[in-house]
Amino acid sequence: MEHIVIIGNGISGVTAARHIRKNSDKQITIVSAETDYFFSRTALMYVYMGHMKFEHTQPYESWFWKKNKIELKKGFVKTVDSKNKTLHFANGDTLQYDKLIIATGSKPNKFGWPGQELNGVMGMYHKQDLDNLEKYAPDNKACKRAVIVGGGLIGIELVEMLHSRNIPVTFLVREQSFWNGVLPKGESEMINREIKKNHIDLRLGVNLKEIKSDKNGNVKSIVIAETGEEIECNVVGLTAGVSPNVDFLKNSDLEIGSGVKVNRFLETNLKDIYAIGDCAEQHEAIGSRRSIEAVWYTGRMMGETLAQTICGNRIEYKPGHWFNSAKFIDIEYQTYGWVWAHTKENEARFYWEHKDGNKCIHLNYDKNTREFIGINNFGIRMRHDFFDRVLNEKRSVDYVLEHLADANFDPEFYTLHEAEIAAKFNKENNTNIQLKKKSWARIFSRA
Amino acid sequence: MKAIKHTGIVIFLIGLAIFTGTIFTGSFSLTSDELDTFINQKKYKSEIIKDELKKATVTSEDLNIFEFSSRVRAAYKASNDHYDAQIAKYNLEKNWDKKGEQYQYKIYGKPHTVSFELAKIAGKGYIKDNAGLVWWLTFGLGIIGALLFILPNYKLLGNAGIKNNGIYLESSTNRGFFAWLVLIYLVSFYLVLYFMPDYVVNWTFIFDPISKSLNGGPASQWFVYGFLYCTLMLVMATRMYIKYRHNKYQILRTTSVLFFQIVFAFLIPEIMTSLNMPGYDFKNAFPLDYDFFFEWNLDSLKESGAIGLFILVWGIILTLVIVPVMVYFFGKRWYCSWVCGCGGLAETLGDPYRQHSNKSMKAWKLERWIIHFVLLFSLAMTAVTLYCYFTGTQSFLGINSQWIKDTYSFLIGAWFAGVIGTGFYPIFGNRVWCRFGCPLAAYLGLVQRFKSRFRITTNGGQCISCGNCSTYCEQGIDVRAYAQKGENIVRSSCVGCGICSAVCPRGVLKLENGPEEGRINPTDVLLGNDVDLMKLVNDK
Repeated sequence: MEHIVIIGNGISGVTAARHIRKNSDKQITIVSAETDYFFSRTALMYVYMGHMKFEHTQPYESWFWKKNKIELKKGFVKTVDSKNKTLHFANGDTLQYDKLIIATGSKPNKFGWPGQELNGVMGMYHKQDLDNLEKYAPDNKACKRAVIVGGGLIGIELVEMLHSRNIPVTFLVREQSFWNGVLPKGESEMINREIKKNHIDLRLGVNLKEIKSDKNGNVKSIVIAETGEEIECNVVGLTAGVSPNVDFLKNSDLEIGSGVKVNRFLETNLKDIYAIGDCAEQHEAIGSRRSIEAVWYTGRMMGETLAQTICGNRIEYKPGHWFNSAKFIDIEYQTYGWVWAHTKENEARFYWEHKDGNKCIHLNYDKNTREFIGINNFGIRMRHDFFDRVLNEKRSVDYVLEHLADANFDPEFYTLHEAEIAAKFNKENNTNIQLKKKSWARIFSRA
Repeated sequence: MKAIKHTGIVIFLIGLAIFTGTIFTGSFSLTSDELDTFINQKKYKSEIIKDELKKATVTSEDLNIFEFSSRVRAAYKASNDHYDAQIAKYNLEKNWDKKGEQYQYKIYGKPHTVSFELAKIAGKGYIKDNAGLVWWLTFGLGIIGALLFILPNYKLLGNAGIKNNGIYLESSTNRGFFAWLVLIYLVSFYLVLYFMPDYVVNWTFIFDPISKSLNGGPASQWFVYGFLYCTLMLVMATRMYIKYRHNKYQILRTTSVLFFQIVFAFLIPEIMTSLNMPGYDFKNAFPLDYDFFFEWNLDSLKESGAIGLFILVWGIILTLVIVPVMVYFFGKRWYCSWVCGCGGLAETLGDPYRQHSNKSMKAWKLERWIIHFVLLFSLAMTAVTLYCYFTGTQSFLGINSQWIKDTYSFLIGAWFAGVIGTGFYPIFGNRVWCRFGCPLAAYLGLVQRFKSRFRITTNGGQCISCGNCSTYCEQGIDVRAYAQKGENIVRSSCVGCGICSAVCPRGVLKLENGPEEGRINPTDVLLGNDVDLMKLVNDK
């Protein structure tokens, strides 16, 4: 029986294992050094915030693995011997494989800041980071102030976490506005406001110079590069992005760039070794995507796709239309298709913001053909299925606006803003778009 | 703000302490006249009970309720023991006529209930004389304290949004010491209420004036419970209004359950009673209303003329037509989390404990066995009752009608719905009864599962498996297990509270009513992956 070994028990590896099991009776082993069981990394924040216990972040009960004959092995893989198809563990163990899937995810970036190894400096990525945070920032007595460095999704999550325990937070963001490499101006400024509304000390356009230590090796303060200002704090969160967790492969025969190089079939340069998820790097980026995508959803898709290949149905990884979501403190965000931070030459934009400043939608479309390219929606939920179909069928922006009622996914009884949105669009573009009533027939028709 | 909160909890606890303390106050004794009137009213033929009760209760001693109760129950037992001995004696002598005669002297009914009725007459003291003031010292302080504890949340919780911060860090909401204390208090409360109502007769004195103004009569323990129920829901609803002020579904739903509890379950029956009609809760559907087809209820409805007939027809139509049709269009939520009183308490008082429902596969299996068993039990009981009612017999298929009714009332009505259902909130979650026990929920669930337009739609591939939905599902549904596969959630137990949708950080879940077709979506959806599904299927 063929033995499939998966390094990494994150969403990519576990999805691959589940689908291989669904389609075959191959022997499957998942190796992890982090935790015994798969957990949802994106949910770690809720454990610290007290919304959940760690066990709640585990999507499968512990009997699931045995029942599905998926073996779990805890251990740290030190080297991969691809010639003998053997894994060597840090504790001296070895494991033979027939096919190897590398799904080791990411590790937080550290840019060599002075003091980055001090006690109380941490990322927010691993289970161990959570334990660390609980140790150094249990409450606002032990942690008088925390400084978070890096204005991305993990950064703002860490801010929200500390804020939930009433710990004063200073948030250092390199950019002039939060996440403005990804978000257009309107959305980015909305999040700036949301951060400040929660009494977070948001510092835009600044960099970390150094982290200073007290005499016990604990964090004492940080210094801002631009102003030289020193801010006293007990915890420093470094959240300046992530990069593929592939250091253990540096001496193997695998082709490594930033991540493990893979082709469209998620195959590496070595036969019977594959890479999926955050640690995989496409030779050439797919469509407008990045060549490394550290996103939950893409990890899951790669896992599903590779499972097909492993089970004899070799198929290409073809992620569908881009989508993503996040939550910025109290503002939910979803996106379907592409809305770049800056308008491209062929594009036209439409931006609507609710008067309370907590909701907006941003439509991107081709200014010549009027084809819909993408949407950002903040504070309003939208139907994935609707936009997937709109993008498949290459519908126009006018179609999207006419059918906003079909697209809306807010809970029942929520105030709808479709009329206001369409009116604004009509006014700005001299169009006469009439809203269509919500139609279940359209919503559930399968294209 | 925190100071106000702390003051609030102290005031609340003082109110609670006084309320609990009132049990031990007052003195209980009867005059001969009072006792005679009572015995005549009750039509007791036993000579022994007269003497025994006279010795026990016509006294100048200062008896508290516990002494009074034990004396009354002893008298009751002495009387019954005497006639039981007689019966045994004549039985041995095979003197059937004499034996048969003895039965008329026996006293039926629960000893604590007789004691309650007597205590109601016998009670004297500060509480009875100062009902208004004591109401303020108990309910008044309790309400004010609780509101002072709850209202600052508006500021303390931060901006409107999901703020479950600290729920698993606090003893009271994480099955800690305080949770167990609350459990002990609640369980004791229900045990006393159901099985030893005479012990809390002092509570009814607090409510005599209010009861008289509403229905013309003195307050029973059920009046106190009804009033307390409405008060708890009202106070805890303010907590819901603050916590979910950004979520209109929650606001409307909370308002709806409040309305139905206060107007339908409490006011209308009281007003009907004052008009000499049978007090009836028009929303309480059989088989949750398990005694609807009991003889005493049918007789009472028959004697009540047009209104009685209307109630009878309404009760039957409610269960057979209105309930299933509404479930078809809206799911069982229209009842369980918009109308029902049990649901109403669970969604207000029980909301802080909703995360404690067990999500394991084992619990789900257990749930299906138990709840459908209770449904069958209630139907069997009703069949036996109705058969015996119309044929005038004592039993059907070897099942004694009185026995099965008593067993159901005791096991399901009192223990399951009350003591366990509500008493266990702090440890096992707020919907133990609704999930495992309620026969109406089982019936609604069958309709919801197999013939309904309701579903929780999963928004394509947006789920990140975080687990908030499952954690906060009061019915113990592992919502995430469906959501992360892109599947809609169609489960018989879902009461449509909408909290999974509310707590989802990624906008994945939406409660909707839509066409039945496509309600249960295919499980092999590849979540956003652009694979040609037909090709995949053909290749296999």
